[in-house]
Amino acid sequence: MIRNIPQTRSYSHGFRLYVILYFVFLFAPLAITCILAFNDSMFPSLPWKGFTPEWFTGNTVERTGIFHDQINLDSIWVSFKVAFFVSILSTFVGTMAAFLFEQESFPFKSVLFFLMLAPLVIPGVILGISILLFSNTLGLFFETHFGVDVGLFRPGFWLVVLGQFSFITTIVTLIVSARLKKFDPTLEEAAMNLGATRFETIVHITLKFLRPSILGALAVSFLMSFENFNTTLFLVGSQATLPINLYLQVRDGSTPVINAISVLMIGGTSLLALVNLYFSRKKN
Amino acid sequence: MKPGIRWGLVIFISPVLAWLTLLIVLPQVDMFIMAIRAENPLGEMGFSLGNFKLFFLEPIYWRTFARTAIFSVLVTFLTFLITMPVAFYITKVVSPKFQGFLAVLVLMPFWVSELVRVYGWMILLRESGVINHFLLKFGVLEQPMEMLYNDVAMVMGLVYTSMLFMLVPLLSALESLDNNLIEAAYDLGGNVWSIAMRIVIPHCLPGIVSGSIVVFMLTLGNYLTPNLMGGKNGLWFTEQIYNQFIASFNWNQGSAFGFLLLILSSGIIWLGLKLTHQRLGKVVQ
Repeated sequence: MIRNIPQTRSYSHGFRLYVILYFVFLFAPLAITCILAFNDSMFPSLPWKGFTPEWFTGNTVERTGIFHDQINLDSIWVSFKVAFFVSILSTFVGTMAAFLFEQESFPFKSVLFFLMLAPLVIPGVILGISILLFSNTLGLFFETHFGVDVGLFRPGFWLVVLGQFSFITTIVTLIVSARLKKFDPTLEEAAMNLGATRFETIVHITLKFLRPSILGALAVSFLMSFENFNTTLFLVGSQATLPINLYLQVRDGSTPVINAISVLMIGGTSLLALVNLYFSRKKN
Repeated sequence: MKPGIRWGLVIFISPVLAWLTLLIVLPQVDMFIMAIRAENPLGEMGFSLGNFKLFFLEPIYWRTFARTAIFSVLVTFLTFLITMPVAFYITKVVSPKFQGFLAVLVLMPFWVSELVRVYGWMILLRESGVINHFLLKFGVLEQPMEMLYNDVAMVMGLVYTSMLFMLVPLLSALESLDNNLIEAAYDLGGNVWSIAMRIVIPHCLPGIVSGSIVVFMLTLGNYLTPNLMGGKNGLWFTEQIYNQFIASFNWNQGSAFGFLLLILSSGIIWLGLKLTHQRLGKVVQ
């Protein structure tokens, strides 16, 4: 039971053992992936044949390290670009939505709120295919009625951005709303009484208060976009994002280059997660 | 507020409306329209329920569908069973010194891409994998054993992938539970089992429901884990949808399947909310 209630030793030891096993279970796959990225072997498996950084830096025909692997580098760059646009766009619209649902009243508000939550219960695969279908319908419509071929409506970079944006915005809305709920509206009233316009009040008072949660939302949406697979799978064109590209490689057999990319991803995401944590600590 | 147009409202509502109509509502409507259209014997497109009929006539489709639903419920339940004691340990048992550290540590792996995590399990479990290596070395096994590509591996992978979404609501629900309640129950003679069932779980119910909804939805819609960790016979319904869209290029059939998956996911979530007397708007807060 809880810490100030005495318990039998076997109970508390058993509980501790369970939690330790859980943490082993949690970290084993990640740890082994990182270790095998440095194994001097052609396959990501044991036995250990010695340490080598070649799967990062190698530039021979047999061993092309990640830093010289153009296909993988390209997909990393594509993922960065997608995540950049998705995080900016969804943080912007999500913050608007938070203001809308927390501060405004209008008819059918509860209906719209329910719709805003819908992406949480629609599987990512369904979002992907429905957006693919709809953009295809729009593309056909524009082609037959106006005779123009709009590139946006074909699977590709911007469709991936829109697909990811469609559900990440909901997450942003929830993050920013949670903070906005704690806002003291008398601060806004005071600013307006002192002669500020609504716009000035939002910029100088409310947004300043929301800043930690907006930065947190930016980080979360960047990560979610960078890692998204299910929705992206159906919308991706010729420019594969990193998860799609890795999936194709993992499915068809693997080399330690994938481990090397994983090490970079684990490092990068941990860093971003820590930054996010730092900001959310400051918030409280 | 002055009468007339409320510009604040207009500015806030237009991007939100554009987002929800263009990317959520209309695509779903379009998918439904696609689903109820099919080619008739003359090769013309028209209204038809044939896509749904095929689903019920072909055992492989509805069996995969049922299998996906049952496994998703199982995964959700297992995820709860495994993470609940851990969440309880972190919030109530471990000394407060380590509490913050453990709470961060337990969530850390989930920031890493699902693909990397699944790949880690593949390296561990496969025939030439790390676990086999040690089992052979210590003489437990004579021959390497394939531990990947079966239902057990797939369920474990799905549980592993979705634990985060159960942990976060459980941690926050347990944090709001007053320790005095547990102590009082203990003083009145409660044991571990009765305190868990009558104090802890009822208090955490909103958290459990919200975690379960997200885990269920993500498991049902998962493509990556069943595809990479499940066997050739271990079909998942999302794979059927993918095959219809990308391999067979039969978008109408794929839409019908997508629509069925959407109905299943919202149906079971609705049922879960009704059974536990929760509301979606409350649960996600």
